[in-house]
Amino acid sequence: MNLQLSHFSAALLFAVCASVVFGITQRENRKDMMKYGAYCFSLFIGGVIVAGWAMWLLKR
Amino acid sequence: MANGNKSAAEAVSTPSYPLTGMAIAALVVGWVVPGAGHLIQRKWIRGILLLASVFTMFFFGLAMQGKIYSFNTGDLLDILGFFGDIGAGGLYMTARLMGLGQEVIFRATADYGTKFMIVAGLLNIVCAIDAYHIAIGKKK
Repeated sequence: MNLQLSHFSAALLFAVCASVVFGITQRENRKDMMKYGAYCFSLFIGGVIVAGWAMWLLKR
Repeated sequence: MANGNKSAAEAVSTPSYPLTGMAIAALVVGWVVPGAGHLIQRKWIRGILLLASVFTMFFFGLAMQGKIYSFNTGDLLDILGFFGDIGAGGLYMTARLMGLGQEVIFRATADYGTKFMIVAGLLNIVCAIDAYHIAIGKKK
């Protein structure tokens, strides 16, 4: 098997899986789990986008 | 009198969590099979979501031809990589027995795969500890 993901799709997959685990393990009730999972996901993806733009600016 | 007050205060501030057979089973089973520590405690949705997340990361790592570390005493990053990988428990052992993840890395995506498998192992340790906390009553 030879799967080749782009950098962004790999980051997206990573963010989804890690956010699910963080949400479930770090909070007590279902509503807080979903909120914390969404928060972690947005931070992961936001971090990727910010880092991407930072590298674009550094390259120029 | 002072000692009596102190021990009473300690008892109030630090609740005790009894170590039960279920707690040990949740920890060990949760490590061997991702999410199983929650499943044996009838936390079905949590268990299935954790199982899916850790399995997905590990299998995508393998599919991207990531490297699985074996026990070594060489470079520090290789040693840490082994400890990350072994966190995946049964997935790691199965992959090693099947001879997967042994190819030489020559693409960036394969390096992503290596990191995916290490993170899957680390997330699985978090899941197993969470299952333990549920079993001892520290978490609902």
